[in-house]
Amino acid sequence: MMEIGLNHYLILSTILFSIGLIGVMRRKNLLMLFFATEILLNSVNISFAAISHYYGDLTGQMFAFFVIAIAASEVAVGLGLLIVWHKRHNEIDLDLMSTMKG
Amino acid sequence: MFEAIAFYLFAFLTIVMFYITVTTSQALYALSALAAGMIFISAFFFILGADFLGAVQIVVYSGAVMALYAFGMMFFDTTRDVKEKKGNKYLITGLATLAAILVVVIVSAPLIGENISAYYPMTEGAGNTQEIGMVLFTKYLVPFELAAVMLLVAMISGIVLAGKKMDLSLTLMSDREIIEMREEKNKKVLL
Repeated sequence: MMEIGLNHYLILSTILFSIGLIGVMRRKNLLMLFFATEILLNSVNISFAAISHYYGDLTGQMFAFFVIAIAASEVAVGLGLLIVWHKRHNEIDLDLMSTMKG
Repeated sequence: MFEAIAFYLFAFLTIVMFYITVTTSQALYALSALAAGMIFISAFFFILGADFLGAVQIVVYSGAVMALYAFGMMFFDTTRDVKEKKGNKYLITGLATLAAILVVVIVSAPLIGENISAYYPMTEGAGNTQEIGMVLFTKYLVPFELAAVMLLVAMISGIVLAGKKMDLSLTLMSDREIIEMREEKNKKVLL
């Protein structure tokens, strides 16, 4: 209980990942959906860092860096698209985006 | 001892913050809770000895990404409550937990299955930042460059997408011009 091992971090990562998935499933607002995606990426980063630490290997941390870079670019492009959509429709609900035709 | 206390404290705080992010109906609460959760997550990186990753987490997530979200939220109407999907709550929770356990099993299966050895072992006597520099600029140089190009592409696309009609200012236009612009916009939506 007092000795923190790899399993503790993996279980924490599981809990956070479930919270993120619940967010992805129940949200309708696209901005909130982006928040849930950030939670997913962060929970995976925790497990990467933990595995990297407990196996004395730096590859996990490297992956975490690239995940952070991808998350940053995802936010930039996603928010740009969201602003365009909001300007056109005044709504960012997911249910409106049922057709592919712009 | 202190590691255990810190772990449980920050685990509790992170879970609470992310739970608020997922369940609240106010966009501003969700944003602030997410920013707090990101900072608490960086504490795990510091506990695990990944100092540089923790610093990057604070700078990039809590700094850049959150600032970007806060800036983006100025475009949206954030004062009204967020509507949510009405689905089966137990089904959603069960599916989410199942999927998360599946991900952990997939990740941890090779760890349990065989004795893995470190691919890029930690160097003795070097700090975490030094080690990361050594590995990043030798073994991971090509992905690093690709990430740089990807960030550049994302930046340009963000400017192109969000910067449309940014040169128009509603405060400097006359009422007539604004009405004309609105009508033109409505026409476009109807098309």
